[in-house]
Amino acid sequence: MSGANGVTETREPMLELDEIHVYYGNIAAVKGLSLTVYPGEIVTLIGSNGAGKSTTLRAISGLLPVRRGTVTFQGRKLNGVADHEVVRRGIAHSPEGRRIFPKMTVDENLDMGAFLRKDKEGIAEDREMILELFPRLRERISQKAGTMSGGEQQMLAVGRAMMARPQLLLLDEPSMGLAPVLVDVIFETIVRIREQGTTVLLVEQNALAALEVADRAYVLESGSLKLHGPADELAEDQEIVSAYLGG
Amino acid sequence: MAATATSVVVPATIDRKAVFQRYATYAILFGVVVWLGVNLIHAPAQFFSAGAEGLNNGMLYALIALGYTLVYGIIELINFAHGDLFMLGALFSGFLLTTVMGQTTSTLLGWVLLLVTLVATMAFCGGVNVTLEFVAYRRLRRAPKLAPLITAVGMSFILQFIGLKWNGSTPQQWPTILPEGSFGFGGFEVDYSLLAVVAVTVPVLLLLKWVVTSTRQGKAMRAVAQDQDAARLMGVNVNRTISFTFLIGGALAGTAGVMYQQVVGTTAYNLGYQMGLIAFTSAVLGGIGNISGAVLGGLLIGVIQGFNDGLPYGFHQKWSQTVVFTILILLMVFKPEGLLGRPTTEKV
Ligand SMILES: Nc1ncnc2c1ncn2[C@@H]1O[C@H](COP(=O)(O)OP(=O)(O)OP(=O)(O)O)[C@@H](O)[C@H]1O
Ligand SMILES: [Mg+2]
Repeated sequence: MSGANGVTETREPMLELDEIHVYYGNIAAVKGLSLTVYPGEIVTLIGSNGAGKSTTLRAISGLLPVRRGTVTFQGRKLNGVADHEVVRRGIAHSPEGRRIFPKMTVDENLDMGAFLRKDKEGIAEDREMILELFPRLRERISQKAGTMSGGEQQMLAVGRAMMARPQLLLLDEPSMGLAPVLVDVIFETIVRIREQGTTVLLVEQNALAALEVADRAYVLESGSLKLHGPADELAEDQEIVSAYLGG
Repeated sequence: MAATATSVVVPATIDRKAVFQRYATYAILFGVVVWLGVNLIHAPAQFFSAGAEGLNNGMLYALIALGYTLVYGIIELINFAHGDLFMLGALFSGFLLTTVMGQTTSTLLGWVLLLVTLVATMAFCGGVNVTLEFVAYRRLRRAPKLAPLITAVGMSFILQFIGLKWNGSTPQQWPTILPEGSFGFGGFEVDYSLLAVVAVTVPVLLLLKWVVTSTRQGKAMRAVAQDQDAARLMGVNVNRTISFTFLIGGALAGTAGVMYQQVVGTTAYNLGYQMGLIAFTSAVLGGIGNISGAVLGGLLIGVIQGFNDGLPYGFHQKWSQTVVFTILILLMVFKPEGLLGRPTTEKV
């Protein structure tokens, strides 16, 4: 497959969706979506409500079956792999609506993020790195996650996903419900996560902010790909801005 | 303006309700203390033997209640077949120890084989419970709540039918390894059976607590109980974790089955109905889904029943169930989430 806007990519893709179809019962939510993420990229998936963005992420992590088409991750086929095996392959998913474990403490939640890992030292390192990124979490380390504010829970959800030390991080609306200052913190964090060598596939309502940090973007409409291209070009396209980005 | 007005009124009504509840609780507790005190002074020996008897039953209730609460905690299913699983455990225990291994008296070999029977029955009931989940409940996990519930009722009938074929329609008497009788302890008589039940139940409960709080499987259980999809994303094998929960619940029912068969010495195919109902009540009383709550509820109901049945000033055995369920209803009115439950159903 060629890369964005006809520029031929020589790198091997990290994640490749090829014409995938995802259903809820008999209703198709994603229809023939193709998408490629290269190592080290931040790719954003944008589109209006109900376009199928979260569905796409859920299909990648195996929470939903892919009815047709293939998902390939690092050269290996991912569809059909058991849901709990996906994280072992190197994909961590911070889901829509945070989904932290409400009755566990912040510390226990982070610990759950590293559920499959055995390297005690690496886990301790990553925990420290995440608490550096989100000092607020350190202050609340023994608090039950369910009693934290929405913004704090969002940081925890991102931190928990990072505890898996993934190669690819799926983030579903990480800035949802955050105060503007915290939105900035989240986007800065995403850039820093990429600097540490993690590839990011980002779903965002806040499309303009997402386009600012992303390398490339895919625009989804009613389950199908509308267009894709370099993020800065999409951000400048007046038609797109008014139609999809609410600008 | 309206907002300020209500914000003044609402806390006041909540306060009044809380105060009323507190005084009602004090009044009930005061009544219970007076009742126990009068009995203690009037007949101390009876008081302690009734309490011990109650504790004995209470531990069995607790073991069975844990099976209800663990399963409810993780998949929000009331496993109606659980009481009947306990009944099968009691039958299996008698069958293995007496029919297969020919043990009828309290010899050293008998005690060793009783221990073997305990382990085998735990494995048997755990296995049956895992099978029930695998063949029936698993398929219905995404179905409306009523479907697995009715399936559980159906499973209860199936297990009862197996019990009926195995045990026969009339109660069956078994020789026991546990000696009858009691020994003197500080001027009171303590049954050997109580000692044996304590010696088995307490370590089993400690082991369970350790598994749930400190092991990887326990962590997985708590994660699945709180959010199945999130647990999947962490790499937790949800199916295996649910199987594991049924395994533990079944093993606990098996433990109770062996204890019952040895202490009471009689089995019946419909044994699971009444014991199961009371154990379920214990789980609800303690706060369904809460492990400590199930133990507390079981012990409480056992002891209350023991006192009610055995004390000179009580309602005696024929009112036993009435007393238990009256307490349950009163508690549900004042504290619907159970003794240790949180208003938002605390799980595992
Ligand atoms: N559990 C479900 N059952 C049935 N249909 C669903 C379910 N979840 C989502 N859908 C439908 O699938 C479509 C895509 O939903 P999805 O959650 O992927 O949208 P989205 O792009 O993430 O939207 P948003 O920006 O609002 O989060 C929608 O039409 C939605 O109604
Ligand atoms: Mg979404």
